[in-house]
Amino acid sequence: MRLIVCIKQVPDTAEVRINPETNTLIREGVPSIINPYDMHALEAAIAIKERKGGKVTVLTMGPPQAETALREAISIGADDGVLLTDRAFAGSDTWATSFALYKAALKIGFDIIICGKQAIDGDTAQVGPEMAEFLNIPHISYVKAIEDISESSITVQRMMDDGYDVVRSKLPVLLTVVKELNTPRLPSLKGKMAAKKAVINKMTKESIEAEEDNLGLKGSPTMVKNIFAPEAKKDRKMLTGSIEQQVDQLLEELRRLKCV
Amino acid sequence: MRIVIEQNRCIGCGACVESCPYSAILIEAEKASINEYCQLCRACLSVCPEGAIIEKSEESDNIEVVDLSAYKGVWVFAEQRDGHVASVAFELLGEGRKLAKELNTELSAVLFGSTEAEAKELIRWGADRVYHCRDRIFDSFNDEPYSQQLIKLITRFKPSIVLSGATPIGRSFIPRVAARLRTGLTADCTALQIDKDSGNLLQIRPAFGGNIMATILCPNRRPQMSTVRPRVMKRCDYEPDRQGEIIEIAAEGLSSNTEVLETHKEASYCKVNLQEAEVIVSGGRGLGNPKGFEMLQELASLLDGSVGASRAAVDEGWIKYSHQVGQTGKTVCPKIYIACGISGAVQHLVGMSSSDIIIAINKNPEAPIFNVANFGIEGDVYEVVPLLIKKIRESK
Ligand SMILES: Cc1cc2nc3c(=O)[nH]c(=O)nc-3n(C[C@H](O)[C@H](O)[C@H](O)COP(=O)(O)OP(=O)(O)OC[C@H]3O[C@@H](n4cnc5c(N)ncnc54)[C@H](O)[C@@H]3O)c2cc1C
Ligand SMILES: Nc1ncnc2c1ncn2[C@@H]1O[C@H](COP(=O)(O)O)[C@@H](O)[C@H]1O
Repeated sequence: MRLIVCIKQVPDTAEVRINPETNTLIREGVPSIINPYDMHALEAAIAIKERKGGKVTVLTMGPPQAETALREAISIGADDGVLLTDRAFAGSDTWATSFALYKAALKIGFDIIICGKQAIDGDTAQVGPEMAEFLNIPHISYVKAIEDISESSITVQRMMDDGYDVVRSKLPVLLTVVKELNTPRLPSLKGKMAAKKAVINKMTKESIEAEEDNLGLKGSPTMVKNIFAPEAKKDRKMLTGSIEQQVDQLLEELRRLKCV
Repeated sequence: MRIVIEQNRCIGCGACVESCPYSAILIEAEKASINEYCQLCRACLSVCPEGAIIEKSEESDNIEVVDLSAYKGVWVFAEQRDGHVASVAFELLGEGRKLAKELNTELSAVLFGSTEAEAKELIRWGADRVYHCRDRIFDSFNDEPYSQQLIKLITRFKPSIVLSGATPIGRSFIPRVAARLRTGLTADCTALQIDKDSGNLLQIRPAFGGNIMATILCPNRRPQMSTVRPRVMKRCDYEPDRQGEIIEIAAEGLSSNTEVLETHKEASYCKVNLQEAEVIVSGGRGLGNPKGFEMLQELASLLDGSVGASRAAVDEGWIKYSHQVGQTGKTVCPKIYIACGISGAVQHLVGMSSSDIIIAINKNPEAPIFNVANFGIEGDVYEVVPLLIKKIRESK
């Protein structure tokens, strides 16, 4: 099995805040991490390789420093890493990102591509399905369990609003995975050594043979008009008095709202 | 466009580095520079004390523009499960009516599978026209036939705006449609507006786990596509006598490499049904233990409501994920939301702040939940809730 895992380096969003006075972001000391969902994608790929044999390649599109994310993935168990980096990719929206990743995946070769459900910076969950469309292969989103896998097909559980579906797909296929799927393992000592020595394969717009018109800002149909802080409701009202009095006032309100 | 830092004016103070949500600005040799992570969000423009950061437009900036005037009308993709149209479709028709009115155009719904009766419901909820493909292939959801058929319809009828629910179904197959049509798709929108000058759709959505909001445009390509979060848009009035046109569309040449073998409904999902509940009593880490939820269940039962939870409580294993409210859980919009021992992190707030009335019980008066609460009680949940239960019982 040739497996590709798409990983993205993201700021740890739990720590990003906006300053409501200046409308700018405060990201003092916010660390970069591998997108948490992609850790589950990586774990799934390594587990498949352990059962079926093959090779796990981690792929990321990002600036040169995204190399650290690839090395981290190798320390966890990926075999090699591809860094897709080029100034021409700047300003990519999901369309242009998935286009570049699709071109790279074609060069690498694959039976299964695994992505995280979504990246926690943009939260779009679009890159996986868009890549699958470009590649003309099926995809299954929100995979929460892998039931069976053979040389030509895979059977998984797909999360839905009201439960889950069991879906079988032919290979090649692209999966996007949720965190219920597995528990990511930690790097091993051997892995850490391998990560240090690994040669990261760098790809540019030339090596993936992508037309400039489809890349970066120029290839992106959407644009960010502006960003702003979420507004807080202003009608805050604290009840006062003893707890008993407050509960009485609340009860009064609930009656008024015909809730009691 | 590019954002550039004029090197001769840069003093290397680093203010821009901190302003960038994408870690795209680095300081090297005491000068700041912008790398490939730049998403052109403009967050850095205003922070430079020297005014060294500027926008530069470039000739090669823009994606090729399609003939925008060839695209007309607002479409809602009405998803169904087991033949029943999902409630988000009716909400989108409510929003779609507003947009169509502003643009002085028509509102259509697209229905795959399901029945004529459901197609008529879409008209009563505001659609002028329904494109209905009744083929059995759509009975269960498979991404490929769904996207192939929608691509065909859009290519043929050229709508200007296409909305779909930000549900597992919509978020899974709509990206394929946008990719193939070479157009933009904005995920998980919480507000939509029409730009008065250009007539473009302003698509507003949370990013960074709800910490910031962004307005997204798709100025040069059509259709403008968005997935919209359930329970944030309001339905318009139901008109039992409303008339409209139903156009039957045949499904041809569809194929699928995937097959749904089984469908499992999870009882708890159906029973909880948080998104339909009129009253929700939610608990957070402040409950301290799983027993707290039994108390909340009791209160919820008295009020004919359901029980919700913060992610912290779910992560602790006190209650199942299907109860989680917020960014990575459900978006709810009940008449009354009672938050017990929940601090009010943005990721929780985005899932419940459009509730009609919010009541917060927290022992920390500084908890941000009080900023969105209509009624706040500073106190211990284990004192307040039992008292409330007792008084409601007495009054019955
Ligand atoms: C990408 C991302 C997605 C997320 N998605 C979600 C999501 O979907 N939903 C969600 O809820 N969170 C989400 N979170 C987590 C969120 O940031 C918060 O960590 C979480 O909401 C906190 O839950 P809490 O309010 O229950 O716990 P805490 O923040 O620990 O707050 C507990 C509160 O209880 C109060 N308290 C303690 N004891 C008592 C008592 N005896 N009586 C009264 N009050 C008491 C405390 O004063 C405190 O305010 C997400 C985070 C990230 C990074
Ligand atoms: N720049 C990128 N490089 C590699 N993989 C990516 C990149 N952006 C997104 N992905 C993959 O696509 C998934 C969904 O991302 P998104 O659509 O941005 O929410 C992520 O979990 C990754 O697996």
